[in-house]
This record gives sequence, C-alpha cells and structure tokens, in this order.
Amino acid sequence: MTPNDRAAIGALSAAELRDRVAAGDVSPRSAAEASLDRASEIGAWRDGLNILLYENRDDARRQAEDVARRRERGDAGSLAGVPVILKDNIATTSLPTSCGSRILEGYVSPYDATVAQRLRAAGAVIVAKSNMDEFAMGSSTENSAFGPAKNPLAPARVPGGSSGGSAASVAAGLVRIALGSETGGSVRQPAAFCGVVGVKPTYGRVSRYGLVAFASSLDQVGVFGRSVDDAALGLHTIAGLDPLDSTSAAEPVPMYRDAARGSLTGVVIGRPKEYFPDDLDPRIRDKCDASLAVLESLGAEVREVTLPHTHLAIEVYYIVAPAEASSNLARFDGVRYGLRLEGDGLRGMYEATRSSGFGPEVTRRILLGTYVLSAGYYDAYYRKAQQVRALIARDFADVFKSGVHLLFTPTTPTPAFELGAKSDPYEMYLSDIFTCTANLAGVPAMSLPIGRVDGLPVGGQFIANHFDERQMFAAAYALERQLGAGAHA
Amino acid sequence: MSAPTAAAATATFEMVVGLEVHVQLKTTTKIFCRCSTDFGAPPNANTCPVCLALPGALPVLNAHAVDLAIRAALALGCRVQSTSVFARKNYFYPDLPKGYQISQFDRPLALDGLLRIGTRPDGSPINTRITRVHMEEDAGKSVHDRFAGVTAVDLNRAGVPLIEIVSEPDLRGAREADAYLRTLKQILEFIDVSDVSMEKGSLRVDANISARRMGETVLGTKTEVKNMNSFSGVTRALEVEFDRQCRVLEAGGRIEQQTMLWDADAGEVRPARSKEGSHDYRYFPDPDLPPLIIPLERIDRLKRELPELPAARRERFRAEYPALAPYDIEVLTAGPGIGAYFEHVARASGDPKTAANWIMGDVLASLKATDQSIEHFSVRPADLAELLDLVRDGVVSLTAAKQVFALMVKTGDRPSQIAEREQLLKVTDDSALVAWVDEVLAEHPDEARRFIGGERRLQGVLVGHVMKKSKGSADPKRVNQLLGARIGT
Amino acid sequence: MAVTLDDVRHIAALARLGLSDDRARSLVAELNTILQHMDVLSKVDTSGIEAVEGIGAAGLPLRPDEGPPIPLARERETFAPSMRDGFFLVPRLSTHEDPEAAS
Repeated sequence: MTPNDRAAIGALSAAELRDRVAAGDVSPRSAAEASLDRASEIGAWRDGLNILLYENRDDARRQAEDVARRRERGDAGSLAGVPVILKDNIATTSLPTSCGSRILEGYVSPYDATVAQRLRAAGAVIVAKSNMDEFAMGSSTENSAFGPAKNPLAPARVPGGSSGGSAASVAAGLVRIALGSETGGSVRQPAAFCGVVGVKPTYGRVSRYGLVAFASSLDQVGVFGRSVDDAALGLHTIAGLDPLDSTSAAEPVPMYRDAARGSLTGVVIGRPKEYFPDDLDPRIRDKCDASLAVLESLGAEVREVTLPHTHLAIEVYYIVAPAEASSNLARFDGVRYGLRLEGDGLRGMYEATRSSGFGPEVTRRILLGTYVLSAGYYDAYYRKAQQVRALIARDFADVFKSGVHLLFTPTTPTPAFELGAKSDPYEMYLSDIFTCTANLAGVPAMSLPIGRVDGLPVGGQFIANHFDERQMFAAAYALERQLGAGAHA
Repeated sequence: MSAPTAAAATATFEMVVGLEVHVQLKTTTKIFCRCSTDFGAPPNANTCPVCLALPGALPVLNAHAVDLAIRAALALGCRVQSTSVFARKNYFYPDLPKGYQISQFDRPLALDGLLRIGTRPDGSPINTRITRVHMEEDAGKSVHDRFAGVTAVDLNRAGVPLIEIVSEPDLRGAREADAYLRTLKQILEFIDVSDVSMEKGSLRVDANISARRMGETVLGTKTEVKNMNSFSGVTRALEVEFDRQCRVLEAGGRIEQQTMLWDADAGEVRPARSKEGSHDYRYFPDPDLPPLIIPLERIDRLKRELPELPAARRERFRAEYPALAPYDIEVLTAGPGIGAYFEHVARASGDPKTAANWIMGDVLASLKATDQSIEHFSVRPADLAELLDLVRDGVVSLTAAKQVFALMVKTGDRPSQIAEREQLLKVTDDSALVAWVDEVLAEHPDEARRFIGGERRLQGVLVGHVMKKSKGSADPKRVNQLLGARIGT
Repeated sequence: MAVTLDDVRHIAALARLGLSDDRARSLVAELNTILQHMDVLSKVDTSGIEAVEGIGAAGLPLRPDEGPPIPLARERETFAPSMRDGFFLVPRLSTHEDPEAAS
C-alpha cells in the first residue's frame, strides 16, 4: 500500500470507511494494515510515544479476512473493516489484557468483553490494545507499569489518563474510533488533552462485562472518535442491554447519528457557575464562552445555573472509587491467573505478589479504600460519601427538571501538563474536578475540541440527563460543524 | 479439653444456644452464573469467568435460587422483605476467588420467623425465633492432603446458592438444638429446596453457645463452634464446649469470645488458630448488583404454592383419618413423599388404617431392602390400593397378598395379574380344598392321627401346611371348617 | 481522624499488601494528607438522605436457572500459575487456620 493510499484511508471517517468497505472499494485488510503501519511510523510503541502496548497482526489479518467474506455474503456490518483500538483493561481473547499492570503482565483473557464482541459482530477489526494508567487509576497515563505514554501533539506532555493511549491513538490518526473507560473522567480528560472527541455514556448504557473493574458503580466503557460522527457510530455499536451485566439498562438505543440533523432551536443550555470559578484559566473560559456564543447563534438559549454540591465531588469520588477498587482488586492474588511470587506460605505469596504486582498509586488507593470501609470508619467515610453523592446527583436532576436540556462546561481546568509535572497525588486528583461529577451522578457527558491554548487542545464538555445522549450529540454535531477548523486553532 | 464430667458444674448452669445453618439450594445452575451445580464433576470443570473471578466478570442472579430462598423463608414463618440488598464480605482465602463473598448484610431477604421444635409437658409449644434468612454464594473447596506441601483448590462449589438461617439464642440445651435441626431439616425437605444432608455438605451448622447460672437473664459470653459433620456431632460438641465453659465460670474465670473447632475423632473442641483482633469484613452493598425487589404478588404466589408443611399435615391427618394412631401419623408425615403415597392409597382403597399398616410395614421394609425412594417406588399407590381391595373382597388371602406384594415390588405389575399368574387367587372351591386337606393329612400321618383323635391344638399347624401347599391361596376360613369336620372321623 | 503507622500496617494486612517499613511510613503522610481533604464531608448535612443505590426502579434483573455455562476460549491451564490434575495449587495452609480469622 502506498503512503497515498494510507493517507486516503486515514482521511475517511469511520462511516465513510465502512461504506467503502461495504462497496468493495477498500479491503478490510488494507485498512487494518494502514492502521498498524501508521502506528509503527509515528513510533506508537514502547521506544516512542508508548501509546500502544500490544498488537497481533496475524489475528488482525484473520479478522479482516473474515469481514471480507461476510461482505461478500452481503452481511458486512455497521463497522465493516473499521480498525479500532481498545484500552488495555477491556478483555480480548486475541490480545493481552494487562490493565497497565505487572500483576496481569502476559495475561490473555479466555473470554471477550461484550463490547469487543459487539465490535467484532459489527465487522470492526481490533488491531491493538492501548496504554493506560494502571487499573485506570490516574489522570495522565504516567502510572502505567509499562512506562508513561506521550501526547502525540506535544510529546513532552501527557496525553491525559487513564485512557491516554486510546485518546492518543485517535489523535495520531491510527484509528477513527477507540474504546477507553471512564470512572472519574478517564475518557473525557484525555480527549480534551489530545484534541479528540470523548464520550462517557449514561451509567448502565454500555455493558461492563469484560471491563476490568476499578469502581463498579462509576465505571463505563467510553468511546473516542476523531469526529463526533465517529464517536456516535462507535457508541451506537456497543450500547444496549447485556444480560451478562446486572447494572446494564434496558433503555432502547436510539440512532445517535440521526442527531446530526438536529436543530438547536429551543434547546436550553445551562452554564453552571461552579465550573467557571474565578481562578479558571481565562483563556479556557474564553474558549468555552465562545462555544456558547456559537450555540446561541444556532438557536440555543444559554442560562446560568448552579450545581451547588460540585465542590464536594472530588472528596466523594476519592472515597467511593478507592473503596470499591480495594474490593475489586482483591481477586489479584496469584491463585488463578496473573503474576505469582513466592513468599512465606500462602500469606507470603499474597503479599509478595501484590506488593510487587501493584504500582504505588494502586497501592495507595487500595489502602485508602480499605481504610474508609474498615470497622469504625465505614459510616464516617464511605456511607457519608455515598449520601453526599446523592446530593450531587440531585443537583443534576434539579437542573434538568428546571427546563435545562444540557450543560456546557470546560472539560479540564488546564490543557495537557508536562510529564512529571504533578507529583503530589492530590494535585493529580484535582484534574478530575470538572469530569467526576458526571460519573458520580451517572449522567452522560462528552468532550470535544473547542480550540487551542498555547497550541495545546482545549476541550468543551456537554453533560446531558440520563439516557439523553442524543441531545448531547445533537449539540456536539452542531458545534463541531460551526467551529470547523477553529476547533483546532 | 476433656470429656464431660460429673454433673456438678453443669447442673447449676444453663446452656444457651443459637444456631446458624447454611443450606445449599437445589438449583440447576449456580447463584450468579450458569455453571452447573452437579456433584462429582472433575475439579474445576464447572467453572466460568464469573465463578473463577476472572478480570471483568460480573454476577447475574438466578431467579430459581430466589424462589427457593423465599419458599424456605415463608416455610419458617419469616417476613420476606420486598427490598433486600447483596453485600460484599471481604476476606482473603484461596477458595474465595473474588477475595469477597457475595452475601447479604444489613438488608437480608427475610426476618423474624418462628420454628416450633417441640411441646412442653404442659402442652405449650417450644418455639425458636428465627432472626433472619439471607442468600449468599458458597465458596470452593480447599484440599490440604491431596498433594504434599500444597493446598489444592477446586472451585466447582464456588457460587452454589446458599441460604443462611440464623436463630436467636433461644435453644436451651443440646437436646433442643437437636430438635431444632431435625425440625428444620424436615421442613426444608418437605418444601423441596435442598437435599439437606450434612453428610453431603448441603446442610452445615455453626453453633453459638454460652453458659449462665440458672435463673440469670443476661446472656453469657458466647463462643462459636464449627466443624460438626452430623447432628450427633453437634450435640456432642455442644456438650463438650458447655462443660468447658462451666468449669471456667465455676472457677471464677471469664469466657473468651473465640471460634472453637470440633474434633470428632478426639471428642474435643479446640480454639481455631487466629490472629489478634476480630474479623473486619468491611461489608458494603455490592455495586454490581442493584437491590433485589420482590413484588408482593410473587411472595403471595409462592406462599400459595407452598407445599403442606409437616405440622399442618400432622394436624390434618389427625382430623381426616381418625382411625390412625399418633404413632402412625408420625411415621406417615416423616417425609413429604410418604404422606402423599399414603393418602393416595387411603383414598383409592377407602381404608386408611389398613393402608397405613401396609405402608408402615411392608412398603417401608421394601424401600429399605431395595434402596428405593418412595417417590420412585416400583409399587404405584393405585396398585397397592387394588391389592387392599382384593384382600378385602376375599379374592386373595392376606398371606397370599404378602406374596403378591413381594412380586409387585420386583416386577411393578398389577396385583390382579400377579395373583392370577401365580395362582394365588383365593381358592374357595371345596373340591380343591378337600384335595389339599387330604394331601396334607396323608403327608403328616402322625399329626393327622393325633388331630383326628381329638388334639385340636394341632389344627393351626395343619391349616398352615394347607396354606403352604396352596401357596397361600386356600381360603383359611374354609380350610379350618373342613379340617374341623374331620375330627373324630 | 489521623492515620497512624499501626493503622497503615493493619490495613495493609487486611489488603494483603506487603509493605516495607519505609513505604509504610511514607504512606502514613500520604494518606493523612488525602484524608484531611475529606473532612469537609463531615460538615455536610445529609440527614434523611438515602445513600446512592443501583439503577432502575425494577431492581436486580433475574436470569432463568439454566445453562449453558459461559465458555472459556482456552483451558485454565493456559492462564493458571500452578495447576495439577485440574486443581489450582497454592502454598499449603496449616490445619485449623480459620480463614475468616486471618484478616
């Protein structure tokens, strides 16, 4: 394949590529190879940007050939031939699933996550697994046991986290669609840092079966897209009830791409004052207000609103998430899979395995989580946090009940920071300040590029009511169209 | 700890017992996954991502397990909660794959039941309050002596559904504890929720026991006693531990709250080797499982469908079958199948007392000899009823009937067929009878001479010979008449 | 509420994390810093507020009591650290070690 061919394929949106494949113009195999060739070209691997961890060219080829056969039968699928990259914490049978951790190094899952199965069923070709903060705990992908990932737009800076590798893969043009996971903002924040679209669905919208659990009441698989349309197509493919996940919702999945034709007339967009604090970087504030002005010009009404318990979100998040994580990570004990190290008897084996297998941030959070659940502290910490969480959720419910359809906020308080810049854990936790509220309330949210500051991407965030992704997409499609090239300026 | 001693210490103290009983529910699949619960599969053959606790796997609750649990709770007089919550009980053990057990904590399935375990001399009932019934999953099995130096773990049992039935400390003495267990077991058999076999492990008992001076109202410090494998083991263990506690208290010491393990071979209780500090399971609601909501109609339906319980059946038999003695009723209500069998035969033949006698005698003996269960007995109740009719109508003699019955057990054929085939139909025809009488008198000349000469007491023996010769088909009444007529001839 | 070195050792034991003395000591400071931030929650009035519970008014979905079981794409032996005759092997537990007490 010539560089021109590769560039041509790379310029196509996921839907366009799917159409070309279905028409027989592009072979699934070329598309997959174009993706992996480009990955080598840009140094996506360990000695370069380190945004990808695993590939399996033979398997990619087999998948592609399978899609080609299906196409001939007229049964190509809604993502036929589209190469996709999955975060390293989504179970796949053909590639390792190590969650960026030594404790799962080399582990190949004997079953596929539901989202992986749905992608395959739609004809997508899974070409690689991407780097991430260990067990999704982090906001920069610096906590990976396999080395930090670098932002393709500015390699001295982080791509964000924990789904940094997937965001970067889309930003670097390796794929149009990638999957990540969200617990406190781990898709939206890296999307903002890398200048791509990142969607966190409503809690329960997408199956968690096969997503290695970090904090079960917050986790959701999220979708990265080069464009809003890519993300909409990706989400539509993976969303929907899964009988293997008791928390997955039976709500029907609308055709998100239809929202491209939506009008914003009469749409009320809330501008929550807590997300525009006085000390917010004025350049980011300006970019957001500029986007709001665009939305107004398209017929929307912008209204000042308040989400009064926003200032408690980080504290709630950093009690609830580590608590659930401390329990979810107990299964990594060296008995049935993963790393096992010898020690003094059984107890020694547990301790040697887990102390070597887990990195410092994971260790810190497991301890914090164990502490807040422990006897004497449960009521004061965990139970209290879950109650305050209900207040945070109620803030959103109240606003959406008051006639507001959508909220618009900055995605992050800063653009991508430099590698090594945030050494204090709590300072790192504050990166989630605008994103973790949506996870706590379970509402859907998405980030899209709305401009640049110092040449670095800035993300604007839409937040919608439960299961109202369509509303979110409608506004995002419209804003993206209006901003045009200005989204990356 | 030594064997029970003289009554001195124990006589002034009262044994107070509460029992925690774990019962395996007889479902086809496990509680949170579709693996089979079949006994005897090769190690780890019945496992899947869920019960192996592979990264990313999630629990999905078995509807039938819920129904069986509700059935049990209702049969024990409990109030079934319309909302109950699954919680994680966190601890590390090799046969606990997730590092936590999914159980129920502060919002269990059912509360406040009552079990009548006996009657006092004054006729008042001996009742035991049931604190709660909750659902949980079983752990796997750890085998310590199969391979040298290692423990072998089999997770086939991990995830089998259990209910835990907790009683208040209302039991006084080992005998009441035994009565509680027997009553409980019988009820659970009647409602067909479990095999309830301590030998097979589908019923497990942990005891909480304390001692206090007679007349005291405050509860003493309790110890927990585990590792009993039979009902008699429970009573022995309780007696041994009670004796130990009494001697400590008598000597002015204090009981240490700890777990004791019963050693059946040595007849001793021994403290379990434990670390300082009590257990901290860090219970919290399982975020993978939304609250279990049970609609009132479902509870009502299950209540209506509840099979007749032993106590109710005993009452009804007393009322409906006045010919039955109390002992008969005890036997005929010992298990669910025997009562149903009895009623079928009783109604079909119209003679409950005779039916009872046949069942308590011949049927139970045959079941034991042929190792059958009454539910699958080769003699159908309708056929037994027919046999009773044949006897009542004089078609076969009682002696012949016994033979017919034996053949019914062996062949499953109908009694009238067998009787004809084997020539066991009662012979009342004088010519045949006379012929047999003549033969017998000829074969036993000495007895014949003495009988005819006037020794009437030999009549029975001679009748017996005739019956034997006729294979029981001779009409004994007529034979007696015919023989009697020979005296003095 | 301040976390002590003993607390850290205790919770590390609960979580089966072997911590070196140095690491344990540094974690005391780290955890205290984080927990200090959490104190703000204690001042929030949450009387009458139900802690967040799972989604959906219908509650927990139920599945029928039937197979087939979820298949594994490869044998347990391919991912298990130590197996023999189908059993997972672990270092031997001493007899009478009460699992629930080892916490």
